[in-house]
Amino acid sequence: MAEVIFFIAAIGAIAGAVGTVALRNPFYSVLALVCHLLALAALFLLLRAEFVAAAQVVVYAGAVMVLYVFVVAYVGGSDEPLTASTGATLRPVSLLFALALFVELSIAIIGTGLSALNSNGAPYTSGFGTPAEVGALFLTQFLLAFEIASLLLLIAAVGAVILARRRAGLGDGGEFSVADVMRGQPITAGDAPTETMLEAGGPSQR
Amino acid sequence: MPLTWYLVVSALIFSIGAGGVLVRRNPLVILLCIELMLNACNLALVGFSRMHGNMDGQIFALIVMVIAACEVAIGLGLIVALYRRRLPIDVDELTELQG
Repeated sequence: MAEVIFFIAAIGAIAGAVGTVALRNPFYSVLALVCHLLALAALFLLLRAEFVAAAQVVVYAGAVMVLYVFVVAYVGGSDEPLTASTGATLRPVSLLFALALFVELSIAIIGTGLSALNSNGAPYTSGFGTPAEVGALFLTQFLLAFEIASLLLLIAAVGAVILARRRAGLGDGGEFSVADVMRGQPITAGDAPTETMLEAGGPSQR
Repeated sequence: MPLTWYLVVSALIFSIGAGGVLVRRNPLVILLCIELMLNACNLALVGFSRMHGNMDGQIFALIVMVIAACEVAIGLGLIVALYRRRLPIDVDELTELQG
């Protein structure tokens, strides 16, 4: 039974990966990646990683992919021209490189001296992979990594807002940097256009 | 299932992602291919965690997910900034930083 589920999930994951790379419309690429992530979550479940599988579905296939879909819809999923204007000769070389990478990794995995790889793994103990165990490890042994991850998420959120901020036109005095904020310039909306990011953090528009 | 199978699947997904990064020119799709590579690493980590009966690998995989989320936020922010400046959404034409 586990073998059947493994092969179905593995084929789904590989097909999703190929679809992500091969489909020309970015919107379909995102949808293929969602299929890939769901199949991967099934593989995680087979490996007794319940919490990781749940986080994969909720965070990755849910939140992150919605972000992707929004950006593809905003930027416009324009089809890539099939014949590349530049680097057309490098494309077969790239594919050859990917194939060589797979062959090398396979040789390393199959020819390894790690005899435990051919077993079914350590015996299953009760509680392995459950949220309780993950939480206990995060708050004891890996507390520093946990705190650094939260700080990193905060920095990424602020950075994304700064990067994607709506500017009031190029060379229009609408540019400001973090240094301006530090110098204590009045950070008000001023007469900035409403319903933009400037309402949240931009300088006055004069 | 022997864990070798999981590792071979992981290697295959990683190679597909690496090839995608090299072949595609749309930065959105390149970000998606980086996600593929990170996910392949996650699969290998969880597999080794199962092999040892130790949960450290699963913690590692969760931290990798956090890093991936940060990378997506910054990468998509850059793409939106490119679009706002009317620059081409094509990595072959964004050569200003090559000096």
